[in-house]
Amino acid sequence: MRILSLAGRRLAASIPTLVLILIGVFLLLQFAPGDTVDAMMAQMGGGDAATARELRRFYGLDLSVPAQLGNYLWRLIRLDLGFSSIYGKPVATVILERLPPTILLMTASLSFAFFFGLVFGVIAARQFNKWPDTLISTLGLIFYATPSFWFGLMAIVVFSIYLQWLPAGGFEDIGAVQSGVFRILDIARHLILPTLTLGLIFLAIYLRIMRASMLEVLNLDFVRTARAKGLDETRVVTRHVLRNAMLPMVTLIGLQAGTMLGGSVVVESVFSLPGLGRLAYESVIQRDLNTLLGIVFVSALLVIVVNFIVDLLYARLDPRISMEG
Amino acid sequence: MDAIKRYVRSPAAVLGLVLLLGIIAMAISAGHVYPRDPLALAGRPLIWPFSNPRFLLGTDNSGRDIAAQIFYGARISLLIGGAATLIAIAIGILVGALAGFYGGWVDTVLMRITEAFQTLPNFVLLLVLVAVFGSTLTTVTIAVGVVSWPAPARLTRAEFLSLRNREFVQAGRTLGMKDAQLILGEILPNALPPVIVYASVVMAVAILLESALAFLRLSDPNVASWGNLIGLGRDVLRVQWYVSAIPGIAILVTVLAVSLVGQGLNDALNPRLRGR
Amino acid sequence: MTASPGAVPDAVLSIEGLSVRLPAGADRDRALADVSLSLAANEILCVVGESGSGKSIMANAIMRLLPDRVTIDSGRVMFEGRDLAAASPAEMRKLRGASIAMIFQEPMTALNPLRTIGDQIGEMLSVHTHLARGEINARVQALLADVHIPDPERAAKAYPHELSGGQRQRAMIAMALALDPKVLIADEPTTALDVTTQAQILKLIRELQQRRKTAVLFITHDFGVVAEIADRVVVMQHGVVVEQGPAQSILADPQHAYTRQLIAAVPPLTAPPPRALSDEIILDLSNVSKTYRSGGFLGRGARVTAAVKNVSLVLPRGATLGIVGESGSGKSTLARCIVRLIDPDSGSILLQGRDWAGLRRAELRRETRHIQMVFQDPFASLNPRRKAADLVAQGPIIHGTPRAQALADARDLFALVGLDPSAADRFPHEFSGGQRQRIGLARALALKPAVLIADEPVSALDVSVQAQVLKLLVDLRERLGLSIIFITHDLRVAAQICDRVVVMKDGMVVEHGATADVFGNPWHSYTKALLNSIPGGHFARGREGIPS
Repeated sequence: MRILSLAGRRLAASIPTLVLILIGVFLLLQFAPGDTVDAMMAQMGGGDAATARELRRFYGLDLSVPAQLGNYLWRLIRLDLGFSSIYGKPVATVILERLPPTILLMTASLSFAFFFGLVFGVIAARQFNKWPDTLISTLGLIFYATPSFWFGLMAIVVFSIYLQWLPAGGFEDIGAVQSGVFRILDIARHLILPTLTLGLIFLAIYLRIMRASMLEVLNLDFVRTARAKGLDETRVVTRHVLRNAMLPMVTLIGLQAGTMLGGSVVVESVFSLPGLGRLAYESVIQRDLNTLLGIVFVSALLVIVVNFIVDLLYARLDPRISMEG
Repeated sequence: MDAIKRYVRSPAAVLGLVLLLGIIAMAISAGHVYPRDPLALAGRPLIWPFSNPRFLLGTDNSGRDIAAQIFYGARISLLIGGAATLIAIAIGILVGALAGFYGGWVDTVLMRITEAFQTLPNFVLLLVLVAVFGSTLTTVTIAVGVVSWPAPARLTRAEFLSLRNREFVQAGRTLGMKDAQLILGEILPNALPPVIVYASVVMAVAILLESALAFLRLSDPNVASWGNLIGLGRDVLRVQWYVSAIPGIAILVTVLAVSLVGQGLNDALNPRLRGR
Repeated sequence: MTASPGAVPDAVLSIEGLSVRLPAGADRDRALADVSLSLAANEILCVVGESGSGKSIMANAIMRLLPDRVTIDSGRVMFEGRDLAAASPAEMRKLRGASIAMIFQEPMTALNPLRTIGDQIGEMLSVHTHLARGEINARVQALLADVHIPDPERAAKAYPHELSGGQRQRAMIAMALALDPKVLIADEPTTALDVTTQAQILKLIRELQQRRKTAVLFITHDFGVVAEIADRVVVMQHGVVVEQGPAQSILADPQHAYTRQLIAAVPPLTAPPPRALSDEIILDLSNVSKTYRSGGFLGRGARVTAAVKNVSLVLPRGATLGIVGESGSGKSTLARCIVRLIDPDSGSILLQGRDWAGLRRAELRRETRHIQMVFQDPFASLNPRRKAADLVAQGPIIHGTPRAQALADARDLFALVGLDPSAADRFPHEFSGGQRQRIGLARALALKPAVLIADEPVSALDVSVQAQVLKLLVDLRERLGLSIIFITHDLRVAAQICDRVVVMKDGMVVEHGATADVFGNPWHSYTKALLNSIPGGHFARGREGIPS
């Protein structure tokens, strides 16, 4: 229960941050050349000033900035994110439609990066300065330096164009209507390359952190005590080192949540996935500022939720945390 | 001086330095080696690399020399990477030093702002900034810098928090030093090395961010940048995949070089008995 | 040589000609050079030495737990007819914990913070025996009761950070003795503990040793501890055994010059004859209090710690006042309140009759030259990026002295504190710990303060260096007429240099008076307990002090 109250307090402390972000971005968007109405008019193929004024009044865009801000925050509390003129639907609906692929992609990439980062980090640390370590660390460095979108393109070239093993994009086969297990498998097939692409950089990061963390923990006093008790090296690692070394990794999940979401923008664009990231990109191109603001809100919310879960997890793993006030 | 000796003892660090110098050389010599505008039409489109001695790396969809674009692209990447890093580090040090030294409400306010920047995914913020301010070279550079300052700020703050209570700082206080003297004269010189090393990480990320923007056609289209070229190559990915492949390798090598130099600096400035 | 020096009949553990090599680039070639000693059954053998003597490396070598590139060059470690130096890793693993057990210096870091005490003690049993879970738990309880841990059931379920330092060390001892090993190696197990806790742990170790007839190899740097519990002694310096023999003879009649130096460096407990003190009061503290609040949400559930509670004391001009207490007594907080690094919550501080506690920041910066401080940690108290001369000259420069003049004065101060003036151009890392403390002293004296606060100035130094720095302080006190507040946890040090002494516990003053009175005739129970806890107290009392 203390864990819950502790994490809950951190959650409550994020609310001012969220408000700060929203106010900040909202004000920022006021500087944008042209607004939603301009974009709409461009879509409609032009119109006169009177129409423009009418539309502005309808959407409340003729009010003063503080009034608009107040309006927006008020609607936000009721979870009304406004209307997207480009898609002709409420922003909330558009975002909800696009959310599942992104969440799926992020979960898959995170699991992939965390698991393999852990495994290879442990191997590298145990074989410190021998050839497995050098190999793993070098690969990690190269993966870290690889632009994700470029890797995605090259993966498409190799696996989709030449080998023809995996699809080049999309979320599922639109032609064939499948259901149940087959649908899941089909989606999985489509997600393999995107997961690999998005996960690659994070794999490199987790690998490096796990390795460094393992090396540091292996030097700590209680490891010496464990050895002095007569434990063999494997038991020392699994019973004493691993859990302690994993703590920074868990923290990292929270810290990298935002970066991963940002990365999905590019990966979804490369693989034409109908996710939140690509929606953000489209909103920028089409100047759909309402949707963009809605995406900002949802992204920040996602990051906060992920951090909340991470806090719970960390407190579960480290008994020292519950002690602090 | 032994820092330099320690640096050259690591083959990876030396390799990184050599690569980085090579890329800098490319950037500087671009005007000499390829005197004509790299974005001007140079020959037939989509010539394969190594097939025509005039175009070592081939030509792209519009018939522009890829090798020329690689050379000029080095300028853009290094320029944007370097400038954005400077902006990020400068803001980061300022915010981190004040927050770490003064604590209290100054710290709370500054950390809230930092947290706000970190909660919003940096690429999404980048998109917003580009949507608002446009895609010129200057705005993109500033935008990348603005998106990257939170991490150096947290690092600086952590250093200041730990150094603030170190006994030599307390000694400075008992000697009668003013706050500014403590921050600039006593703490900052000792806090700087890890932040400087971290600058290499910031630069690596900055280069990757800018190239991602360029790939999405959201960066300055009037300059020859590697990201732009990769974006162009996407249209001809099926057959002429080299148009995308080559600039990607250039980015990889540059970011790798920067990372290796950064790691080398870290090991040289913080020697530990058993290596990393 | 037919028998190794130091050989003992029926030796349980016997080290013969052991040499341990250090990796290239270390400051020495060998950590141990041809070390020979024996440990008999049912005895406590103390290995004494300062830092760098190789005593810890020897302990690690016996257990074959040496760090990566440190290797055994030659020699044998005979245990139960086997040479441990040549044993395989599998053989060593069977021995560790079961036949030879080890306890370490820092109980907080020596225990895994993420696992309960009961779990870790039980691990010793589950690795070496085939007992069932329930039996292991019962044994763990019995072991914890054996080492007199309060509430063994709760302790077994607790995590290391939930116990006090002394309790953690008891848990470690319980863990080490779980399988009744023949040999217990104790690597400075009491160094990180408070004086009173240290006394309890020493008593516990001796009690358990006598009951179980274990052979104990006890490593320490403190000859007082040797006087307290050793049966035999081995003295080491720079990786070589310089002297060994029965404790009584070594303490009474040390042969080797280094042994004599070490013993002489242990400050005795008899205070020097009292000096005449001035009537003028230079520093007057009255009801000073400082309370810390931490945590809490909207003002509820905050943790309140009263670090300093209503402390009053006076410092006569030219006198040295000792503030003595263990960790948590509030003495360091009080020191920082006096120097105004922390602001006291209430109470008054009068410096030379003027209000000191109430000064505002700007004026405080100007007046701070009258009270200066010498810090505890010689490694952290000097800015690593400044030259020594700059460090000493900084103070005067801030207060208006022209730079050239300040630097010249700095060199004079160097000579005053016993350092070579030409060394003033070097950086701190080029000096030893004792030399750095001298630089710290020079820095404090540069502003010619009326009062000098010395916050545990010798605690982080080796014993032999401690004596030198204390002698320097006494010397300077005479020459410059300094008024000093000397903060320490070590009563023996306080006895040597302080005219009057104040004993603090839990933020309050429990006793005060002239040093000879307080130490010779204490009235508060805590003071009595403190004096009784000094290891080798009887030994310390029977010797002469530093000539003043």
